[in-house]
Amino acid sequence: MIKHFINLEWKAFTRSASFKVNLALKILMIIGAFFMILYALGLGIGAYYIIEEMVDPEPLKIINKFLIFYFIFDLVLKYFLQKMPIVNIKPLLYLPLKKNQVVSFGINKTMVSFFNIWHAFFFIPFSIVLLIEGHSLLNVVGWHIAMLALVYCNNFINIFVNSKDGIFFTVIGIIVALVALLYFDIFDVTQFTAPIFSAFYNQPYLAIIPIIVAFVLYKMAFKYFRDNFYLDAGLAKKVDIAETDNMIWLDRFGSVSTFLKNDIKLIKRNKRSKMTIFMSFLFIFYGLLFFTGSIEAYDGPFWRIFAGIFVSGGFLFSFGQFVPSWDSAYYPLLMSQNIRYKEYLESKWYLMVIATIFTTIIASFYLYFGWQAYAAVVVGAIYNIGVNSHMVLWGGAYIKTPIDLTSAKKAFGDKKSFNVKTLLLTIPKLLLPMVIYAIGHFVYSEVLGFALVAVTGLAGLLFKNKVFGIIEKIYKSEKYKTLVAYKQNN
Amino acid sequence: MIITSNLSKTYNGNTVLKIDSLNIPKGQSFGLVGNNGAGKTTYFSLLLDLIQPTTGHIKNNNVLVNESEDWKPFTSAFIDETFLIGYLTPEEYFYFIGELRGQNKADVDALLAQFEDFFHGEILKQKKYLRDLSKGNQKKAGIVAALIGNPEVIILDEPFANLDPTTQIRLKQIIKDLAKKKGVTVLVSSHDLMHVTDVCERIVVLEKGDIIKDLETNPATLKELEAHFAGSMVSQEEE
Repeated sequence: MIKHFINLEWKAFTRSASFKVNLALKILMIIGAFFMILYALGLGIGAYYIIEEMVDPEPLKIINKFLIFYFIFDLVLKYFLQKMPIVNIKPLLYLPLKKNQVVSFGINKTMVSFFNIWHAFFFIPFSIVLLIEGHSLLNVVGWHIAMLALVYCNNFINIFVNSKDGIFFTVIGIIVALVALLYFDIFDVTQFTAPIFSAFYNQPYLAIIPIIVAFVLYKMAFKYFRDNFYLDAGLAKKVDIAETDNMIWLDRFGSVSTFLKNDIKLIKRNKRSKMTIFMSFLFIFYGLLFFTGSIEAYDGPFWRIFAGIFVSGGFLFSFGQFVPSWDSAYYPLLMSQNIRYKEYLESKWYLMVIATIFTTIIASFYLYFGWQAYAAVVVGAIYNIGVNSHMVLWGGAYIKTPIDLTSAKKAFGDKKSFNVKTLLLTIPKLLLPMVIYAIGHFVYSEVLGFALVAVTGLAGLLFKNKVFGIIEKIYKSEKYKTLVAYKQNN
Repeated sequence: MIITSNLSKTYNGNTVLKIDSLNIPKGQSFGLVGNNGAGKTTYFSLLLDLIQPTTGHIKNNNVLVNESEDWKPFTSAFIDETFLIGYLTPEEYFYFIGELRGQNKADVDALLAQFEDFFHGEILKQKKYLRDLSKGNQKKAGIVAALIGNPEVIILDEPFANLDPTTQIRLKQIIKDLAKKKGVTVLVSSHDLMHVTDVCERIVVLEKGDIIKDLETNPATLKELEAHFAGSMVSQEEE
């Protein structure tokens, strides 16, 4: 029986749409995975010595202090990226299989996922280093087993949490609060958690506790699935209560408002697009890395522009690069209706402009880091509106990845959205403004640098109709290919 | 109204549709029947310029479908759920289509009012998005959306499938009225021979991409069609 399940899984994996990417990309992905493993290995081996050298003669103490964040981060990562086992279960329901078998297979499947395995690449070498450095075998083994058990606790917790967005965002909120409290020396959560992690080392027999917890969580996850193993319970689609909104205030945009209203509904009512909003919100804080000087490599003056463009353009990039893929689910409808492409594009454009202005206002807290920091954001916003909004839409015209609006997964970027044409388009998006700024900055002053970028942005507005014309042509010439591509839903 | 000449569609050397000549006059209710893979949906997709013909062309009201887009204002269709916008409520969807077809809210409301019994109280004001409606109700919404904006050509792929018997009967009446009273050209495909013979003045049978029968509907048509499809079953068994 297990053989059949594994066979099915293998076919699901090798025949999935995302697997059929071209060879070059596959090689890139393998190299990427290889490097990730290499980093983890390097970290596992190196962490001990680096901490010993730079921070504290007792590396294990430091590691134990921060393990709480490590595991929380792991949970967040799992929540966003790991697929839940229920997905492919439906066709198995009516077959002569014991329900327990199907459920346990579904849960066991999550256990061998990459998201659990990669921890081994950190913990195994780290434990070996601990042994080499003279820590006693029994203690290290106890600690090691406890860590692995905790990884699996996370795995099972994720199974519960995954179906409930509300819980997840509360957890995120609490974590952000804890980190902030720690940062400002108000309350240090690690004071309470570090002793727990140390205890696994000092009293290795305590490792039995996380093992028991993991086991209990497994049983709970099993029972949760088993009890909800019906089409109208756990396997049911969530039905949203519809809210109607006429959005009369948008009528002032004239004929564009038809599409604009639709786009706003699209963003409000779909999981995937909500993720995009969440991500663009995170982008606002990206600039902190640059303006606080926390990363040395980013100290060159032209990096300000880089930061400014990302801070104000989070939404622009994450939404714009997938126009028209957002409408992939009903593209045949749009293609057989009397669509005025210009209005269609204009609606997306307005949306990006509004979002950019909005983020720029929120980002005004960058004034705290000096006027240059906020000037970079404002100038970045002008450049985004004038130039990048067109570039992003242009690049999007070449992307033919259907978007499943109802799933939040893959919001972190899709492998297929990565191709040479879109890569080439990042040059005017990011490099050009940096170069322009650098010229102004080094020739005369930073003010000239900012002014030059802003002028370029404003000049870009003049080309709006021209670019829209080009995009429209692409839409038309690629119409049939796009229709075929959007049909291949994963 | 719709003139098809030398039309063919080939995928990797495999011809899935080949129509040398087919004229559908204005105001005709036209039925397309055939087994799976006969080419019904392919033909409709070509009519809507969703796929490109390998050879030949279709003229819709003297507009070359694969070259100009001028057929769009007077043509509407419901092929499958890719014609629905899942995250809208049915009302929002109707208004959206209405705006694309130059109809204001009052126009759309007036049209919807005529279909109250067709909707059977399951479409409007349900506080549900289209994606959460049942297949049959989705189909109802899609079909009615195709009637918005006084189109002259309406294309419906398998409109009877997934509908309950009451709705099937109501839909038949709607299609008949469109052709007879309003002079709309209605193109319908179906697997249900009884429904097509009830509704359509003319029935064309496709088999593996070829037209093998072109019938004026009369009381004997149903028998003839049934005999044909039963016969093709026998001949396949003999093979």
